[in-house]
Amino acid sequence: MIGLSVLVSLLALLPIAYVIGVSLQTGWSTVVALVFRPRVGELLVNTVLLVLLTIPLCVALGVTLAWLTERTNLPGRRWWSLLATAPLAVPAFVHSYAWVSLVPPIHGLFAGVLVSVIAYFPFLYLPVAATLRRLDPAIEDVAESMGLKPWKVFFRVVLPQLRLAICGGALLVGLHLLAEYGLYAMIRFDTFTTAIFDQFKSTFNGAAAHMLASVLALCCLAMLTAESAARGSARYARVGSGSAREQRVVYLKPVSTLLSLTLQIVTCALALGVPLITLGKWLIAGGVEVWDMAELLPALEQTLLLGIAGAALTTCAAIPIAWLSIRYPGRMQRVLESCNYITSSLPGIIVALALVTVTIHYARPIYQTTFTVLLAYLLMFLPRALVSLRAGIAQAPVELENMARSLGRSPARALWLITLRLAAPGAAAGAALVFLAITNELTATLLLAPNGTRTLATGFWALTSEIDYAAAAPYALLMVVLSLPLTGLLYHQSKKTAGR
Amino acid sequence: MNTLELNALYKSYGAHCALDNVSLSVPSGSRTVIVGPSGSGKTTLLRMIAGFEFPDSGHLSLNGQTLVDGTHEVPAHQRLIGYVPQDGALFPHMTVAANIGFGLATKGPEKQQRVAELMDSVALDAKMAARWPHELSGGQQQRVALARALAQQPRLMLLDEPFSALDTGLRAAMRKMVARLLEDAGVTTILVTHDQSEALSFADQLAVMRHGRLVQSGHPLDLYRYPEDEQTALFLGDAVVMPARIEAGWAHCDLGRIPVNNHRNNNSAQIMLRPEQLQLASILPSDPEASGCRAVVTDRDFSGNTCTLTVELQPLTRNEQSGRSLLVRSSGMYAPPAGSSVQVSTIGHAHVLSEM
Repeated sequence: MIGLSVLVSLLALLPIAYVIGVSLQTGWSTVVALVFRPRVGELLVNTVLLVLLTIPLCVALGVTLAWLTERTNLPGRRWWSLLATAPLAVPAFVHSYAWVSLVPPIHGLFAGVLVSVIAYFPFLYLPVAATLRRLDPAIEDVAESMGLKPWKVFFRVVLPQLRLAICGGALLVGLHLLAEYGLYAMIRFDTFTTAIFDQFKSTFNGAAAHMLASVLALCCLAMLTAESAARGSARYARVGSGSAREQRVVYLKPVSTLLSLTLQIVTCALALGVPLITLGKWLIAGGVEVWDMAELLPALEQTLLLGIAGAALTTCAAIPIAWLSIRYPGRMQRVLESCNYITSSLPGIIVALALVTVTIHYARPIYQTTFTVLLAYLLMFLPRALVSLRAGIAQAPVELENMARSLGRSPARALWLITLRLAAPGAAAGAALVFLAITNELTATLLLAPNGTRTLATGFWALTSEIDYAAAAPYALLMVVLSLPLTGLLYHQSKKTAGR
Repeated sequence: MNTLELNALYKSYGAHCALDNVSLSVPSGSRTVIVGPSGSGKTTLLRMIAGFEFPDSGHLSLNGQTLVDGTHEVPAHQRLIGYVPQDGALFPHMTVAANIGFGLATKGPEKQQRVAELMDSVALDAKMAARWPHELSGGQQQRVALARALAQQPRLMLLDEPFSALDTGLRAAMRKMVARLLEDAGVTTILVTHDQSEALSFADQLAVMRHGRLVQSGHPLDLYRYPEDEQTALFLGDAVVMPARIEAGWAHCDLGRIPVNNHRNNNSAQIMLRPEQLQLASILPSDPEASGCRAVVTDRDFSGNTCTLTVELQPLTRNEQSGRSLLVRSSGMYAPPAGSSVQVSTIGHAHVLSEM
């Protein structure tokens, strides 16, 4: 296990090594000249503001919606829960495509925060809702018996137990904010990633872009440190005898019900209504001509193949690291995990170019093969699989694994039969997240895929770049449709707690 | 013949020494109880026997097969040792039947048959087979855990405080049921507990642990009557410990002259008596000639069938301010109120504690 996780982490270090290597080649004086200039300060302010505004909003929205759908008698809470997961099916750049075509003047920080919250809050909603469902109600009963009012019980007992889920989700959102290109390019909001992208477009392998990437990597390191400090080393598996009872339900007053329903409706209108209305508008305007099957079908097939293979590979690779981080948390483990987070927070183009350089120089046979594309997906999306898998494994106490071993199962079998079975909802959620990410992935696919590869995302991007919004609509619709059943699966899996 | 042999086991976690030179022999078919306060290392020892932890040094063998020594370690899944933890640790994603059948190699009707037998043996209703662990009470969860551990016909059964989560009435009943079941199955058993009454009633062999050391082992009756030191004496029950001068099989102490069981040539030593070895009789204040030791009752704790009295011995010499205070267990029939004058006499031998 340790060997495997070190291997995966070393692989993840490739792009970092690439960035550092290029920086060293550039020379110190050039580095200073490229990093300490007003443009970098401007980008830093933009990026930091985006992160500081978006993450708290996502946490507040995600936790509120999760609490409403999991712990109250809100009418139709099953449906609201499904709808809170659904925005994941819409790629981030399709969200901003929808907003730009609905409100053309929209741009800048406000637009960036708005679209980011809408596109990424499910990353918080899902783990928080799953954790809320599995908390031991006895702990809340005890707190209440000590005279705490219900809202105090929530803030002093429930919220602290959600820490792992909130930290994991917030980190995921933060990493997306740092790495996303399409969303911000479309609404003309400059972050490090869009700037790096522009640099690459003008000078394919320029030093300026590498220096910007180094600053971005530092930002990611700061975020990781913050998350790690907030997460702590507490034990999150349920301690105590027997199995937990069912959760209690809070009965909302009519006024609260009305307010809650309004919140749900507004969220849905912004996160689902806007993209669907825009897509519908373009599809009607475009008519039958935009459905070019000879182009669309191969793109769909490519996307499916890459998505399934990538999700399977990434989830398997995440197992050793997730298992170690729960069973033997320590500094070494943090370092291993951090390797993966840092890499995945780098824009896809950095990962892609690192792989291009490395494969050209050291692994010529796999240059421009599907294997290299999958490797890039693995490096970029491992944290998605990791966060869900880790939360899942934390639900399976080590005692159960020991029991299986004392009943004659080898450690590997015990891991498979007990821990991974209990972590299956988490693993499936992680795999689905990776699949979603791959269907929406743009840059690495463009750079690494064998000639002639055209996925739905690259097709969509090519058409929107030509401002052919109508022709791009079928690709967007297919991406959404493809992601929908998976989002449903994600929803279903997170509903199903072990053995129920 | 001995089933399990532990020889000079050491284990430390950083600076903390969890096990310090622990050696123990567990005879075939016996019920051995390891008892000690929490943090004494008893659970570590049990987990080491199960194969979840490994000693820093030492030797461990079962039925002549070496499980752990300096060069190799048999992993948990090859040991065929049953384990029932404190909370049962049932697999939450499996039904009762699947939990019990987990360790069975057979399949199909044969397996169902065996699961049904096992459920019957732990007195679980056959209707329970399709239930989920969270639908069971604490006692039922423990029965399932026991049946699951018995399924693979273990060479040794380890029980880690399996009754501590149950309520008192159920605990005694479960203890009896488990003892009988394991005896019928002929399985050598090791139970770990911090509850001394549970330890005394369950054990053929009792081993007392403290600070990672195994301080004394033997038959529970012997340990209760003849503990090595004061701490062990007090851990296994109430005790009256006082200094005495030993001479030719007699102890001279505040209670007068008491025969001792072990002839140590110590001039002065600590002796121990269990409260039930002391007897009280009423005396009239006007009768100065009463023999034995006189005392005054200072506290009475009446609990139905027994009554625990605290008495203060009257000073033998006038210049002492007050005498020694003793705990005496009397039957509920005799419960003199505080302030009564009583006469204290002893039954049986006093036990001389070794000097620590």
